[in-house]
Amino acid sequence: MILRRPLLWLILALAALFVWLPLRTHDVALREDLILVAVAIILTSNLNLMIGYTGYVNFGHIVFYGLGGYVGLYLATVLNWHLVAAALTAGVAVSVLALLFGLGILRLRGAYFALATIGVLVAVQAFVANFEPWGRSTGMYVSFQSYTPLGGARRALWITYYLIIGVMALSLILSLGIRRSKFGLGLFAIREDEDAAIVLGVNATVYKAIIYSVSAFLPAVAGALMFFKNGMIDPSIAFEYMLSLEGIVMLMLGGQGTVAGSALGAALYERLRSYLLTSPRLSEFHLVIAGALLLLVVRLAPGGLIGWLYRLVPRSREVVE
Amino acid sequence: MTPLLEVQGISKRFGGLQAVGDVSFTLQEGEILGLIGPNGAGKTTLFNLVNGVYKTDTGSIIFAGKDITGCSPDQVVHLGLARTHQIVRPLNGMSVLENVIVGACYGREYQSLRAAHATALEVLEQVGLASRANAPAHSLTLAFKKRLEVARALAARPKLLLLDEVLAGLNPTEIAQMIDLIRKIRDSGVSVFMIEHVMQAIMNLSDRILVLNLGHKIAEAPPAEVVKNPDVVEAYLGFPDIVDKLRGTP
Repeated sequence: MILRRPLLWLILALAALFVWLPLRTHDVALREDLILVAVAIILTSNLNLMIGYTGYVNFGHIVFYGLGGYVGLYLATVLNWHLVAAALTAGVAVSVLALLFGLGILRLRGAYFALATIGVLVAVQAFVANFEPWGRSTGMYVSFQSYTPLGGARRALWITYYLIIGVMALSLILSLGIRRSKFGLGLFAIREDEDAAIVLGVNATVYKAIIYSVSAFLPAVAGALMFFKNGMIDPSIAFEYMLSLEGIVMLMLGGQGTVAGSALGAALYERLRSYLLTSPRLSEFHLVIAGALLLLVVRLAPGGLIGWLYRLVPRSREVVE
Repeated sequence: MTPLLEVQGISKRFGGLQAVGDVSFTLQEGEILGLIGPNGAGKTTLFNLVNGVYKTDTGSIIFAGKDITGCSPDQVVHLGLARTHQIVRPLNGMSVLENVIVGACYGREYQSLRAAHATALEVLEQVGLASRANAPAHSLTLAFKKRLEVARALAARPKLLLLDEVLAGLNPTEIAQMIDLIRKIRDSGVSVFMIEHVMQAIMNLSDRILVLNLGHKIAEAPPAEVVKNPDVVEAYLGFPDIVDKLRGTP
């Protein structure tokens, strides 16, 4: 079924492009740019499962990424696990934790749920900042020998890059698969009218908890890979509030509820952000632009870029979903 | 024969208001049971208790031999009890067809997407919405939205259908079409429990009628008897010769 979706092939082509571009010239700077775009796409497309598909705004989505980073780094450096095993275990652990959180806070709706997600973020960060095994507020560093099993630091960075591209492709394929499934239909029904969905037979409590947990998995895996690559983690960079908010901007910009929109918004915004951050005069200015952008999109094009494309070319719905 | 639905002494209190008080009744398989009463009598609350939107304070509800007291609405649908809403609740961002597919996917048979698609098309044909299948649900007129409510509930392949004022707000032609549809639904083997204020319709359709006033049952009888019941006349109908007026040719 999903094999017949044109978007699947676009996703694979995008991943291939990400692999090929830096490989061609062994351009490390380009690789570092692309890895940030890939992480933005991973975070945004998984956030889309909550906001776009289910209609629940999660302000604390970054908590999955940060926790995944901590669990992954702890396993890979302190317990000397293989990176892939550490990242996957981090994903599973954070998903299970999200399921437990979800069963609690998903009883709330609308603004109350959104507030609770901020609470989760603040609470987790405070916990980690005081957790001795994870180095409290100074965090953890990757010891150089952790790179040895992957063939040294230089090779390890490339391997991590390819793994992150893989996670990016999986994130988009997951979004596409859910969109085309019965499970996804149930989520859309919850988004449109949760009470009506329940009366139609959708078990909203379970569905919401599952999707909250699913939306945690790949971001946590990406966090484990990314912080391993960066060589260190501490509570302020792991749980960066701004990144959580910017994820929402990316999603709205591209078009919430669509797979292509989450990827497009993430890529565009991330490039803009990198440009602003590195430009000497505008480096402290990017959040002002993020805020203004969000206002403009919500006010003028609530469907984002993809929504705008749908209006322009209605038939594009069939391909760009 | 054991009844399809057997409600025993259910009550619901909202703060100081006894919305439903100690109501008991039965519904036989293949029957159309009407539910009437003045505004605020507790009719919709009774529906909400039967399909699990509200938890009952007391009493029990047996449906198709199973105790469904305390079940949530989604569990109740899987057992074959579907409903429509008095105030229509289409899933606005989705098409008419998708709305009905949700009903089929999560209904009694828990159909796969592919099977649900076929069921939905069939049901849309049945309720006369086939030509609007791909329209966005929010674009329908009220009459069509009411049909969509019925279609979604029917797609669940229910044994019992609760219809909450599906005739309200429709013009005479639309009412006639809907009455015809309800008859056909019953003839296809689905029992019906319906709230209605359109007296002519409910008197003609119902095998029996349940009358609520201030949360309490004041009558449960065939239409001809209900309209002669002095309590019903006083609480709701208003004048005693109503039966002749309504049974006369329209």
